[in-house]
Amino acid sequence: MVQTRKVKAFGPDVGTDRRKPIIEIRNVVKAFGAGVRAVDDVSLDIGEGEFFALLGPSGCGKTTLLRMLAGFEVPTSGDIMIAGERMEGVNPNRRPVNMVFQSYAVFPHMNVERNVGYGLRVTGVAEAEIKTRVAEALSLVKLGEFGKRMPNQLSGGQRQRVALARALVKHPKVLLLDEPLSALDAKLREAMQLELVRLQKTVGITFVIVTHDQDEALSMANRIAVMEKGKVRQVAPPADLYEFPNSRFVADFIGKMNLFEGRVSGVQNGNLQIDIKGLDRVAVPFTGSASGNIAIAIRPEKVKLGQTDPGGDNVRLRGRVTELAYYGNESHVYLENQTGMPISVNLKNATRTTLPSISIGDELWMSWAPTDTLVLTE
Amino acid sequence: MEDWRKNKLVFWILYLPPTAWLVLFFTIPLAIVWVYSFGERGPLGQTEIAISFANYIRSMEWTNLYIILKSIWIATVTTAICLLIGFPLAMGIAFASARYRNVLLLLVILPFWTNLLVRTYAWIAILRTNGHVNWFLEWVHGLLAGVFGLLGMPDVLGTFEPLQLLYNQKAVIIGLVYVNLPFVVLPLYATLEKLDKSFLEASLDLGAGQWRTLFSVTAPLAWPGIVTAAMLCFILSLGTYLTPDLLGGPDSVMIGNLIAQQFGPSRDWPFGSALSFLLMYVTFILLWIRAFAARGEKGKLH
Ligand SMILES: Nc1ncnc2c1ncn2[C@@H]1O[C@H](COP(=O)(O)OP(=O)(O)OP(=O)(O)O)[C@@H](O)[C@H]1O
Ligand SMILES: [Mg+2]
Repeated sequence: MVQTRKVKAFGPDVGTDRRKPIIEIRNVVKAFGAGVRAVDDVSLDIGEGEFFALLGPSGCGKTTLLRMLAGFEVPTSGDIMIAGERMEGVNPNRRPVNMVFQSYAVFPHMNVERNVGYGLRVTGVAEAEIKTRVAEALSLVKLGEFGKRMPNQLSGGQRQRVALARALVKHPKVLLLDEPLSALDAKLREAMQLELVRLQKTVGITFVIVTHDQDEALSMANRIAVMEKGKVRQVAPPADLYEFPNSRFVADFIGKMNLFEGRVSGVQNGNLQIDIKGLDRVAVPFTGSASGNIAIAIRPEKVKLGQTDPGGDNVRLRGRVTELAYYGNESHVYLENQTGMPISVNLKNATRTTLPSISIGDELWMSWAPTDTLVLTE
Repeated sequence: MEDWRKNKLVFWILYLPPTAWLVLFFTIPLAIVWVYSFGERGPLGQTEIAISFANYIRSMEWTNLYIILKSIWIATVTTAICLLIGFPLAMGIAFASARYRNVLLLLVILPFWTNLLVRTYAWIAILRTNGHVNWFLEWVHGLLAGVFGLLGMPDVLGTFEPLQLLYNQKAVIIGLVYVNLPFVVLPLYATLEKLDKSFLEASLDLGAGQWRTLFSVTAPLAWPGIVTAAMLCFILSLGTYLTPDLLGGPDSVMIGNLIAQQFGPSRDWPFGSALSFLLMYVTFILLWIRAFAARGEKGKLH
């Protein structure tokens, strides 16, 4: 396991999935007016049965991409195929996908049962079948008792589950979810994350979820596409995305990252030699080609703190503690080296003690293994 | 900060003038009319204060009741047509891109910038025997006759008979629809514009077509707006005077005209007052029903 990870580290990760694709997005562009390209030349394959997340900062085009899959927006150019069929000119009501809206859009004038049955009723399914399928869908989302309630008599979480049941009852090939958990409070959100993963496993339908919450994407999805300004920057499984981001943007957007800008000065024994201001020359294993300005990066939890120089081939630097933040399970230490470069380090609070072993103003050594160092050319 | 409503002086300065205005020019005259409606007509047409229900009873006599019922009928038909035209219109405006929305709204209220009398006379010019509609029909008729002439059947269509479009109930309804359409479009627009579009998208997403979405989702969610629009249109049409006076004929006398007649040529103010209050009662009952329905709706919501 560790071995394959290491190998991946040195080769570019294209994030392929060997499953049969159910959604194929080919060079899709969506322009609003002249200047704005909400989605800019996106190509993606989403496999059957995947739990796929579209992740990115606000305004990066996630919703627009999802709405093009649902059929509410028409691509300016490019192709979308769902289940092997081209979706050009196919109206939303004829697509084999269903959507859970950010606002849930549970019809306020219908009770829960009629909401869930709506999609079957409008397509002429027999009443008897509607009844059994609605009951099935409601028990799937654990709302069996709530069939006769009106939406305004439900909590936010329950309303959201009605929206889920209403989409799932249609047995779509793909379920699209636009920030389905953003309106819920933190505790409920975590519960619903687990619930959604359980549901997806049960029904086996492909889920495509939009979120700007990286924790949500990392914990739920089996693959994540990170978007920035309409472009997909990286597609990879959560762990790869976290450990092997392919660009400064992804590295910085997923989790916390210490970034050091530097210049390549040469290659020695398969190790890239990089000059970084404020650090000694750093040598890190790297197989790609790199020259000129690049960055190296290290996750805060991979940095060790110590009173003495750890020596060896560790990457190391000295700094002074400027800030301490306690989070219960871990503590975040913020340091600064001589040149004023900020570095953050996360320490697990693995033993039960309230005595701070580190205090502000301490001069400490930071070090990490060269193999934990990321080289970012983009 | 101090709530200015709690400051007695500010309260009175702000509220006294409008209150005085309303009482002086609205409540008192209305009360006088109400008192008159129980009065009696003197031999010279003067009003004698009394406590008599004769005027109300008289309004229920067939000739008067017939006019009242016909007024209700005309108002109902007008309201129905206004809703049928106004709902798609309001929907078109509400769902238009923000750039055109204000221009479209402006077009809807543009007629208010001209006097109602002028606009109604314009309809006379359009509908009369040698008006624009008949002129156009005659032109088409001539064209067709020419074509048939070329085909060797010169007399198939006969001579052109202008349609009788004016001075009947249809003309009144056309005029009322025209006058009241903005009052229907505006409340409908206000409701539809506020409507969360994701409800409609959800309906489409779940497999419903556009029509199904319209009837199962859009219309029910816009229901309060539809009721408001219908009430407004109905009340305005029911009490109208000018339109039937100018565009109507003997078959389309409405309550408004009957009332005008009592205060004018017939010099029977008590009966006119009773008829006026009959209209008020209908209006009040409708408003009360609406308020009641709204309360029921709220009760269901919470
Ligand atoms: N109908 C529209 N007309 C014009 N511009 C639009 C329209 N819809 C979206 N945009 C623009 O396209 C870009 C992408 O929008 P989109 O809603 O897809 O972002 P998002 O990634 O979902 O963001 P968020 O996380 O805030 O929901 C934004 O800059 C937005 O302003
Ligand atoms: Mg969005």
